[in-house]
Parts: sequence; C-alpha cells; structure tokens
Amino acid sequence: MLTIHNLHAGIEGKEILNGINLEIKPGEVHAIMGPNGSGKSTLASVLAGRKDFEVTEGSVEFFGKDLLGMPPEKRAGEGLFLAFQYPVEIPGLSTTNFIKTAVNEIRKYRGEEPMDALAFLKLMKEQMAMMDIDQSLLSRSLNEGFSGGEKKRNEIFQMAMLKPKLAILDETDSGLDIDAIRIVANGVNKLRSKDNAVLVVTHYQRLLDYIIPDFVHVLYNGRIVRSGSKKLALELEEKGYDFIKNEIDVSEEVNQ
Amino acid sequence: MNEISTIEKTVLSEYKYGFVSDIEADEAPKGLNEDTVRFISAKKNEPQWMLEWRLKAYRHWSRLAGEEPKWPNVKYPPINYQDIIYYSAPKQKVDLNSLDEMDPELRRTFEKLGISLNEQKRLTGVAVDAVIDSVSIGTTFKVQLAELGVIFCSMSEAIQEHPELVKQYLGTVVPITDNYFASLNSAVFSDGSFCYIPKGVRCPMELSTYFRINAENTGQFERTLIVAEEGSYVSYLEGCTAPMRDENQLHAAVVELVALDRAEIKYSTVQNWYPGDKEGKGGIYNFVTKRGICRGESSKISWTQVETGSAITWKYPSVILKGDNSVGEFYSVAVTNNHQQADTGTKMMHLGKNTKSRIVSKGISAGVSNNSYRGLVHVSKKANNARNFSQCDSLLLGDKCGAHTFPYIEVKNNSAIVEHEATTSKIGEDQIFYCNQRGIDTETAVALVVNGFAREVMNQLPMEFAIEAQKLLAISLEGSVG
Ligand SMILES: Nc1ncnc2c1ncn2[C@@H]1O[C@H](COP(=O)(O)OP(=O)(O)O)[C@@H](O)[C@H]1O
Ligand SMILES: [Mg+2]
Repeated sequence: MLTIHNLHAGIEGKEILNGINLEIKPGEVHAIMGPNGSGKSTLASVLAGRKDFEVTEGSVEFFGKDLLGMPPEKRAGEGLFLAFQYPVEIPGLSTTNFIKTAVNEIRKYRGEEPMDALAFLKLMKEQMAMMDIDQSLLSRSLNEGFSGGEKKRNEIFQMAMLKPKLAILDETDSGLDIDAIRIVANGVNKLRSKDNAVLVVTHYQRLLDYIIPDFVHVLYNGRIVRSGSKKLALELEEKGYDFIKNEIDVSEEVNQ
Repeated sequence: MNEISTIEKTVLSEYKYGFVSDIEADEAPKGLNEDTVRFISAKKNEPQWMLEWRLKAYRHWSRLAGEEPKWPNVKYPPINYQDIIYYSAPKQKVDLNSLDEMDPELRRTFEKLGISLNEQKRLTGVAVDAVIDSVSIGTTFKVQLAELGVIFCSMSEAIQEHPELVKQYLGTVVPITDNYFASLNSAVFSDGSFCYIPKGVRCPMELSTYFRINAENTGQFERTLIVAEEGSYVSYLEGCTAPMRDENQLHAAVVELVALDRAEIKYSTVQNWYPGDKEGKGGIYNFVTKRGICRGESSKISWTQVETGSAITWKYPSVILKGDNSVGEFYSVAVTNNHQQADTGTKMMHLGKNTKSRIVSKGISAGVSNNSYRGLVHVSKKANNARNFSQCDSLLLGDKCGAHTFPYIEVKNNSAIVEHEATTSKIGEDQIFYCNQRGIDTETAVALVVNGFAREVMNQLPMEFAIEAQKLLAISLEGSVG
C-alpha cells in the first residue's frame, strides 16, 4: 500500500532524510527504531504532509497514488493516520466536537453522508470502552491539560474512530506506564486486519512486546541502515544503538 | 510553503448580505441643519418636547464643530456631515395593521436576511422588530406581549403612545452631551426599539431587532431604550446587516438600558455590517454608544457582542453599577479581517457597594486589520468591596495584523479587588496541521480554532443566535489562512 522510494527531505536546506526506501503491504506491521535525532519523526511528518519539510528527491506512493502531491487532509481522507509524538492543544474546542468533525470530513472526502448523531455516539461508546477513556475527558478542550498518557491514549482513540488504512504511531509509548502501553497496544491490535497496516515508530523495544512487528528497521542519520525481524529489536535492546552507530560510522569511513 | 506566510492570501468571502433592495424611499434632503431636525421631527409627527430635545442636542453638536473623538486607535478620512441623508424611510403605508400589508419587496428583503416577521414562526419564541434605513417596520407578537404589560415597539411609536415613559428615561443613561456621536444621534435619530418590562415580569420570549441600512448615502441613527422595572427580566437580541457599497456609510446608534431593583437585562448583539472590500473600500462606520445603568439594588446588566462586520467599529457597551450588589458583565468577540479596524471594549463604573463586574474580551485579527480592546474599570470612593475580573485575549492570524489592549483602572476605594489578565496568541501552524492530519481542511480548521477561542463568549448567546454567530465567525475569516 505504501512504497517509499529514495526519499530525501530536509528543512531550511538541511538534509534530514537521506534516501529512505520502504515498502509496506496490507496486513503488515513495521517498526522503525533509531536513536534520537535520526529522523523518525521527520519521516512521519513528511508522510503526513507537514509543510515545513521540503522533499528534495524521491517519491511515495500510497495505494498507487502520488502521496507527496496531496495536501495533508487528502492524505487523511485516503486513509493515512498519524498519532503525533506531541499532540496539539486547541483551547475551547471539545475533543468530541473535534473528532466528530474529523470523522465527517473524512466521510465527505469519500463521498459518504455525515454520520448521524446516534451512530456517532454509539461508535464513541464502543471505542471509549476499548481505550478505557472517560467521557469527561472527551468533553474537555482538545488535549488541553491532558496528562502525557491521556494525550497518547486520545491519539489512539482517534485512530480507532477514524479506522485508517495506514496508522503511523510516533513514539506513542513514550511517557506511558505499562498498563497504558497495554491499552494502547490492544487498541492497535484490534485495528490490525489483512487490509490495514501499522508503522510503529519507537525508541524502545518494549512496545513491540505487545504490538508484534513483522519487520523492524533501524533508522540512522536519515537512512534505513538495517532491516530485520522482531529479533533485531531485541538485539538493539541488548546492545544499545551504539553498536549500530559504530558499525555504520566505521563502514562510512572505509567507503570514503 | 510556510503556513503563516500564506495567510497573506487573505480573501474575504463574499459578503452574503450585500444586496440592495429596490424599495421606494421617502428621504430628507442631504445635509444637516436645524431644518433637517425639524423635518425629521415633523415627519414623525412628534410632540413639541421631543423637537426641543432634538434641537438642544443639535445645537450642542454643532458647537462641537466637528470635534470627533480623537483617542480611538482607528484611522479614517474626515466625514462630511453635509453629504449624508439623515432620514430615509421606505415609502409605504405608515400604519401596518397586519404584516400581510407589507411591501412585497420589503418582505423579500427580510426573507433574504433570514428574518421571519411571520407570526407563524412563533415557535421560535423570538419577537422581532426590524428597522430598515431609518424606520421601524413591524413588531411581531405585540398582542401576546401586551397581555403581560410588556411594551415592545418602535421608538417612534413609543413617543406617540408612551410619551411619559420616554420622557422619563430617554437620555438619562446617555445624555445628549455625552459624546460627539451621541449628540448627533440625539438630534437626528429616526427610529429604533423601545422595550418596557413591568414589575415582576419575566419576558417569556427573546425580544429582537434587526437593523438594515438599505438606501444610498444615508446614515443610520437608531435609538434603543430598554427599561426593566423591579424584579423583571428581559433578553434582547440585535442583528445588523447592510448592502455592499463603495462609499462608507455612517451608523451612529445609541442604546440605553435601565435596570431597577433586582431587574436583569441581557443584551446580545451580532453585528455584521458590511466591512468593506478586500482593499478596504466602502463599509460601515459603526460609531455606537451603548450604556446601561443598574439603578436598583441587586440588578444586573449583561452585554454580549459578536462583532464581525463594519469597516470601523467604535463601541464600548458599559454598565454604571449604581445599585448596591449590582452586577455588570461584558462578553465580546470582535473579529477584524482585511482592512477592518475595531476599537471596542467596555466601561464598568462601580458606584454602589458590593458591586461586581466581569469582562471577557476575545479579539481576533486577520489580514492587515487592527483590533483594539479599550476598557475602563472605575471604582468610586463609596463602592466598598467592589470586584472586577477582566480577561482580554487576542488571537492573531498572520503577522500583518495588530492586536492592542488598553486597560484603564481607576480605583478610589481600598477594599476593591480588580484583576486583569491578558494574553496574545497566534493561531498555530501546529494546530492547523493537526486538524489537517485528521482530514479537516485549513478553512474548517481555522473556524474550529477560532470558535474554540471565542467559546466562553459564544456560550453567553441565546441558542439560535449562537449557531448563527458561529457560522458568521467562520465566514468572516474564510480564506484568511492557508
Ligand atoms: N523543525 C525542525 N527544524 C530544524 N531541524 C529539525 C526540525 N525537526 C527536526 N529537525 C532535526 O532533524 C533531525 C531529526 O529529527 P527527528 O525527525 O525529530 O528525529 P527523531 O524523531 O528520530 O528523534 C534532528 O537533528 C532535528 O534536530
Ligand atoms: Mg521523534
């Protein structure tokens, strides 16, 4: 469903992504790991269409369509979802109202009628139970005054409401205790099907105990330097990122 | 491209109410002198005392010799007061026995405005008066209201039918010498609404007036007076629109509210006068004096305003808190886009003991507009235990617009507690992108953020109005980001 080919992107002339290649098929779960500053969030942002980043080379296809040519709201309409590393606050806008707008805008994009209030409420109730989210949280202003954990859970709750084809989770596990991680992972696993895919961006392998990835990629200096199975995540955990860093830096020196 | 830099592509959505109705008008000759005042008074068949009152105001105004207030943070070329038509009335039967007799063109005008003067619409529970150009057109629900002793009619009618009430209260809150535009209004006001709520009556429906400027080169000078007797309650709504015209038109209204013991008046305005085009051509000069007095103990006056229109807004709905334990409130959302300028705020004058006031002002600026909050909190010597809380927030869309806050605090009594908070924020690219990522386009995202920002004020509006006002906010900022 997603084909990233030789993607280069940066900001203000500074190159951050240095030729990413990645293929994600329906039903797969991919994990991207890597040290801080390696470009994981940048990759997620570029895929979601944040305008700050400039794509200088390469292409991305999403279900055969040119993803990079679409504005971010169309990408969402096509079924791409990003759970933000740092969810944004919008004072005065109730979370429920926001989600309802999002659900209906995406339906509109797909040529569907807006969801009626009753159906929407029913869907909310179901997903709330699954994500262990309290009604009172949803009537509060979007993310305003939410704890770190509440914000992350709210992201996954929105994912559950929007049912995307490709969900990108950017460090959704950071700041969560083990119970919250289980809830979040449970939500993600419920979404998994043969038609959907998940791209999990994480720093630690902990989350991957609950969301079992089919592939693990290591991002370093804006490039995927290693790909492997779940085992790679365990190896990273054991040896730390330094072993990858050393390996790469040495080989780069040799090549020069 | 940077999200915020694209804000410059501001395009004002087409002003929806910009049509001109082809209604035959009965007009005064252009210009202003004593004869104009006499003409207006004669047209309205007014008693002598009313004419005298007007002339006194006119003479005061002419002594001011064009000295308009200079302190507001707004700029405009000098107004030629001799180039304005001060009276324009739709030519039609004066006596409307039933609304069915209304000029069909006029009726269509109201339909376009989404106003129903139809009594069938009674379910909405809103009694409507409509002032087009200078004259009040029809007041619905008159009979039902009369049964409760509530008087809701045009000012002209009140002068004829209830002269003793008008005489007793007119000019007591805003004297004819109050300010330049108030004096002008007192001399030439042509109509407006009058409400009287008798002792102990809770007015069962919202009273509402729609103001519409239609004719060319005319000014609109309406005068509204609301008197709430002991223990009564009324909620009053006011809406305004005007056609799109290249020249500026002057609107100088005066509103006076009087609340006696334990009475409560809630006054809401959704102001959508034509703001001028993208280049700043045309639009209404909205120079309005609104003031209420809490004359009785434990009385309450609450102003809520949503200001989206006008080329220039100059307006400070105020409350004089004379009665002990009285309460004044001011809730405001002022939006400026393109070349609009707004200098608006409130005055809370604490005279009585244990008086409380609350000010919530939300300014939203886009384009190259300028939005100023100007507020005075005055606590007099005798006002023991006065309390004020002010919250003034500004939201900027883009970096070519301005937001300014001018809070003035005068406290003459040590027991007073006066709190003022102010914030300025920019609509964040992050907020817009977050919405975009959820499938929400930029226009809708801006509307969500702005309505969130203004929510505390919007919540004060009566339900039907709140929805209308929300749409209005979205429309007036359409195209201002993205
Ligand atoms: N908005 C930005 N402006 C400038 N540099 C940025 C910006 N966002 C990210 N970077 C830089 O890009 C690199 C990758 O950042 P990021 O994608 O956030 O890494 P990760 O998510 O892997 O920790 C870092 O060096 C970071 O400083
Ligand atoms: Mg990151």
